Parts: sequence; structure tokens; C-alpha cells
Amino acid sequence: MRYLVFVAGLMRATLAWAETPELTVYTYDSFVSDWGPGPQVEKAFEAQCGCDLKLAGVEDGAALLARIKLEGSAGDADVMLGIDTNLMAAARDTGLFAEHGLSPELDLPVSWDDDMFLPYDWGYFAFVYNADQKAPGSIRELAESDATIIIQDPRSSTPGLGLLLWVKAAYGDMAESIWEELSDNIVTVTRGWSEAYGLFLEGEADMVLSYTTSPAYHLIAEEDAGKAAAEFSEGHYMQVEVAAKLKSADQPELADRFLEFMLSEEFQSVIPTTNWMYPAVAPKGGLPAGFETLIKPSRAILMSPEEALASRDAALDEWLRALSQ
Amino acid sequence: MASRFKPISPFCGILVAAFAVALILGAMLAVALRAEAGRGIGPAEWAAIKFTVLQASLSAIASVILAIPVARALARRRFPGRRILIALLGAPFILPAIVAVFGLLEVFGRTGWVNSGLSLLGLPPLHIYGLHGVVVAHVFFNMPLATRLILQGWQQVPGERFRMAAQLGIDGMAMVRLIEIPMLVKVVPGTLAVVFAICMTSFAVALILGGGPRATTVELAIYQAFRFDFDLGRAAMLSAIQMALTIAAAGFALGLVRGDSFGTGLGRSLQRWDGAKPVSRILDGTWVALAAFFLLLPISAIMASGLPALTEMPHEVWRSAVVSIAVAVASAILLLGMALPMSLAIAAGRSGFLELAGLMGLAVSPLVIGTGLFIMIVQFANPLRLALPVTALVNALTVLPFALRILVPETREIIQGQGRLAMSLDMDGPAFLRLVHLPRIRAQIGFAAGLSMALSIGDLGVIALFADSETATLPLTMYRLMGAYRMESAAGAALLLLALSFGLFWIMDRGGRWHAEA
Repeated sequence: MRYLVFVAGLMRATLAWAETPELTVYTYDSFVSDWGPGPQVEKAFEAQCGCDLKLAGVEDGAALLARIKLEGSAGDADVMLGIDTNLMAAARDTGLFAEHGLSPELDLPVSWDDDMFLPYDWGYFAFVYNADQKAPGSIRELAESDATIIIQDPRSSTPGLGLLLWVKAAYGDMAESIWEELSDNIVTVTRGWSEAYGLFLEGEADMVLSYTTSPAYHLIAEEDAGKAAAEFSEGHYMQVEVAAKLKSADQPELADRFLEFMLSEEFQSVIPTTNWMYPAVAPKGGLPAGFETLIKPSRAILMSPEEALASRDAALDEWLRALSQ
Repeated sequence: MASRFKPISPFCGILVAAFAVALILGAMLAVALRAEAGRGIGPAEWAAIKFTVLQASLSAIASVILAIPVARALARRRFPGRRILIALLGAPFILPAIVAVFGLLEVFGRTGWVNSGLSLLGLPPLHIYGLHGVVVAHVFFNMPLATRLILQGWQQVPGERFRMAAQLGIDGMAMVRLIEIPMLVKVVPGTLAVVFAICMTSFAVALILGGGPRATTVELAIYQAFRFDFDLGRAAMLSAIQMALTIAAAGFALGLVRGDSFGTGLGRSLQRWDGAKPVSRILDGTWVALAAFFLLLPISAIMASGLPALTEMPHEVWRSAVVSIAVAVASAILLLGMALPMSLAIAAGRSGFLELAGLMGLAVSPLVIGTGLFIMIVQFANPLRLALPVTALVNALTVLPFALRILVPETREIIQGQGRLAMSLDMDGPAFLRLVHLPRIRAQIGFAAGLSMALSIGDLGVIALFADSETATLPLTMYRLMGAYRMESAAGAALLLLALSFGLFWIMDRGGRWHAEA
């Protein structure tokens, strides 16, 4: 008898579990890991939504969009979180995403009025170096110096693509000659950010392409003030990371709630010390101590999504020509 | 030989091979059919194809040339710690590429041990980035495998041959001419083919050492086609080119394999009387020492940087280690299920199609097969739920050609040597397998299973296409740690990865040769 009660209880529990709606968010790998924003975000959202939030991680932004395209409308995803503005035009062209219908107050250095994609964090690309060394003051100075750098391949990495567009936006028709001058500074070109940053920490080069917020990780998590980001006079190219709801979402209301939650204090306050980026809405208590030590570029550069898509192929050809000599 | 003995009909092996080929081609087709109009293959892709063939040829030749004297020295010397050394020399091959590259850089990098030594002596630093860097990395990965395969060739020469040679006073050049060169002619082409195929599909990580977009391989170009342009047509096309090149080269190399068998001995333990002169002793010793130095220094560097973090690793690392072990065991079982019937069928004379079918698993881009399977699965199931079985299957397909190289020569010897006797005893297929074949081949089975587990543990492969937070494998977790600035924890995870893959390899390999001569 007791056994039967147990089984009945178990069945009821299973039924209850099956009735809980499930919201599936596709994002990139580092978001879902134990030390990324994922676990805290999941806990906070589940506490208010009466649902099961499932975060599925796919390598990175570009792989994420490729996955959504592969699945088309047959996929499980309700929300995609984690591409940047450089991929937005391609994402919009898929016709898979729905409008968000929100008009939030954002704290971005640029204005934002996209009806489909909502930003959740942002940062500036920068070259990071050991603070006890001297850093060049511009891309041109870097190209003329004999400092060694490690960069990422624009065809496989979002920072790599960011640098490509950075140089293009800053130098236009001169971009190819800047890359030619940079070619003797480049120790190697890696597939992704992790390899490049790892090589830099191993001492393989003087500088590495990363973010202005990178020194904050070392300062806050490792209590090491030894890293700095170089401020360049051309200005710094931005990365804005965005999310959107899929038209084919099984749970459209939950997806809307999630996008709203994404810009709330609970989500945004987790971002600085888990994703190591600036939150899209400044938290009420301000940024964590240590962020005030970071450089604040006086000029933010960001191509519009359409402009980025239109100029990347020509910029890539220049890059390949200059670095293949 | 009017009625050649076939202990087991090759039917089973052919069926398995047909399944593997259908799966691989089906996956490629699925990718190609899903493609929208792309820009096709341009100059950047042709440059990648040229570079790939160049670096793969150089790497294969360098690995095999260096492996021959090392294998020779290991074959004719017995010294304390020889077995452990042979096992340790296998470690680079089973390391995940990213771990191995960081190990190499600790030794040969800008602030590495070698350059610190050079600067103490006031010498200019060594620069590892460039084509030579890619070749160095590939030699580091593949020389151990080449050494093992060639060493196996030496061990297949029956002890009686060496006994006879000693009685006839054959030593030095005569030994080289009469026994060693004919043996090498049989073993080297297959070894070259395998190493070439591995280097053909080399991915981004070894290319860190290439220094720039010049060092782009076809595999990386496939990845970029997916990522940058979502050009599935170009990805499928590049994958077909890569496979055609690999199979053509391998077919050519395997076609060169000539020469008769050495005949069979009684399977007694091997004793060598040749090479007793001090000069050849010193020479052998030098080769072994150099190889050990080159292969073991980076391994020690990995251990040194991983040890401090090992005690305080995040919980996720341990969880993913368990996932990885499960995948490795599954992939080893799948592998043996394919490789044993196929090797029997090859040994029974159906070599052409089956050997090439085996190579396809290595020649196909893991990214393309993973994506193809994904496209097929998504029609009727949630791919996330099938992430681990698919990973195990793709890993098994990748290791298939190695397993065949390991299993086929011995299977051939068994069938040639024991087949007629078994036939005269009227032994049927299953009895032959149970009484003759399996007991004699268990060392090779252990080696193949160990290799597949080790490679599977270290492989990032297709899991990145499918993973969610619960199914992350250890290499994926290591990448996640690196992606979150946690290089120290990642170094700890790398050490755990090294220990696991090496430990599993050791257990299986040792288990197979229990009570047998290494």
C-alpha cells in the first residue's frame, strides 16, 4: 500500500513537471557554464515565471545563428541570445525572428531603436597588455611600432571581425595599407578569442585583441592589477550583444517575459562579473568596484548592421591580401 | 592455394563498411542538399587546399623518417622502463590538440624553456611560428603513432628469423637488407597514409603555430564557410575535395604495399642478437633519448602548469569528466563492432573497398559529418537529446582507420598461419574466432580500444554542435574555462584530460597484452 502511494505521488510529480511550461533559450557556450551568467539568470527567472528555463549553449555567436538557421522553424528555440550587431543583418534576413514590441531605456554609448533585437550587454574591443609596459596610442602607432600582437581570424571569431571593421571604419580606403604595416607585428592569428588570450597570458606576445573590460577580470577575480587596455586615438569599435524572440516560439508569452526580464535589474546586475561586459541598463547600485579603473574611450565606433554586412567581404579580401604576402 | 581458408565470411565486414560509407556520404549529401546558392570555391580556398597538401606531406614524411630509427632502437633494445617509455611516447597523439600546442609553447615558445636557455647563452631566440611550426606540431602529434605502427612491423618479424640471422652471422647492413628493408616496405606506406590523412584534416589549433591566414587548412576553410558565410554548399564541396585528396593519397600509398609475408613463427618471445656493437648501442640510445626529450618535455610542461589548479577545480569539470568517460567507452565498443568484422574481411582478401571505407571516417570533416547528422536528426528528434550517442559514433568512425591499421596485419598473419591447420581440423567460423583469432589478437584489440577511448576523451569534435549544459564533455568544459578567462582552471582540466586519456589507454593496452611480450 505504501508502495502504491509512493508510485501515485511520483506520477503526480511527473505530471506536474510535464505541465510546467518550458522556455528554451539558445545562447553561446560561455553563457551557460557554471561561471557564466547562466545559472544565476536561470534561478532568478524561474523564481518568477513558474516555468522551466532551459539554456542550451552553442559554441559562440556565429555558430549560434548557424544553428538557428539549420533548425529553421522546426527547432525548439523560443529565444536566441548572444549574437552581436555584426550578425544582426544576416539574422534579420532569415525571417525567423519576431518583433519585441518593447521600448526600454538603455545605457549604451550609441542610440538604439531596433524593433527585433534587444541589446543585453556591450563592450569595446581593445588591445590588452601588461601594465608595466608601454602601449602605443593608436592603431597607426601600433603598426609602426615593433610591439607584437595576437589577433583572431575575422572568419571564425567575433573579436576578429570586430577588429576588421574597426580598421575599416577608422581608415576606409587606407585599411589595406594599415594591415600591411600591421602584418609584421602579428605573431599569429587564432581561430577564437580563447586561444589568443591564452597565448598572450603565456607570454607569446606583447598585446592581444580583447576588450576594455578584460583587465577588470584580472583585478576583481584574481586581485591582479597587472593588465591594462590601450586607449587608441581613432576610437574603439563596439560590440553590442543582442537577443530576439523566434517567430516559431512554442511559448511566445514566456519569451516576451524573458526579454523583459533580460533588461531588469536581476539579469543586468549579473552581467559585469560573469560575462565581463557592460550591462545594457546600468544597475541601480552602479558597476562593481574595479570597473572605475577601466579606460573609457572618448569615441565609440559602431557600423550599423547593414553597413557591417555590406563592408565585411571587401574588408576581408583586403585583410587576406595584406596578411598573405 | 586452391581453397583459401576463410574462417568467417567477409559478408559481415562488408555490411559494416557499407553502413559506415552510407552514413558518411549521407551526411555530406544532407549538407549539400540543404545549401543555398553560395559563392563557390575561390582563391582563398585554393590557397588552403595547396597549403594543406604541402603541410600534410611534409608532416607525414618528417614524422615517419624520425619514427623509423626510434622504432628500430626500441625494437632491438631491452632496458629497464622500456615499456613505460613506449606507453609514454604515445601520449602526445592522444592529447587534445589545444593542450599539446600549449605544452609545445611552454618549451619552444617566446618565453619557453628553450628560448630562456638560448638567451642565457646569449644566443638569438628561436621563432616557432610559420610552416615549420605547423610541421613541428604535427610531428609531435604523429611521430608517436608512426613509431608504434612501425614498431609493430618489427615485432611481426618472427623471432625465428632473428635466431636464424644470428646463427648465420648476419648483422649490420646485411640485416638491414634482408629483414629490415622488406619489413619497412610493408609497413611504411600505410603509416605514411595514416599520418597524411590526420594532417589533412588538421584543424585550427595546430595552425596557431602557422602565424596567419596563409596557414589555413581545408578543415579550417570548411569551418569558416559555415561560420562566416553559412555557405553549406562550399563546406560540402571542400569536404568532398578533402576526402578525395586523402583517399587518393592513401590509396596510392597502400597500393605500394608489396612483398611477401615473413611466414609464421611459433609465437615465442622475441630475442635479438644483432646490433651488439657499441656504436649501434650509442646510436640507438641517442635516438631514444632525443625522442623522449622532444615528446616528454611538453608533456611535463602541461603537468607542471596543471598541477596547482588540480585541487580546486570547479564541480563542472568533474561532472564533464564522467560524461567524457561514458562517451569514450561507448565509442570504443562501437569501434570494435565495426573494426573487427572489417579487419577479418580485409584479411580474407577483400581489401580495396574496405580499406578505403575505413579511411573515409578520418578523411571526412567532423564538422560536415556532424552538421549532416544534425540536419538528418532534426527532422524527427531533438538533436540535443542525441548529442552523446552521435559524438560516440563520430569518434568511432574517426578512429576506424587506426584500428584497421592495428588489427589487419595481425589478422592476416593469423589467417595465413593458422587457417590451413584450422581447416584440416574442420573448425567452423565461430570456433576459429574463439579459439584462434581472438586469443591471438587481444593485444591489438586492447591497443585499438585504448586508442579510441583516449582519442575520444580528448576530442572536442562534434559535441560543440550539439551540447547543452548537462552534456558538456571535458574538452568542451576546458574550452569554456578558457573562454571565461580561467586559464589556470583550464590548465588543471587539461591535466585531468591528459591523465584520463592516458590512463584509459594504458589500462586497455596493458589489459590486452597481459602475459604477453610488448
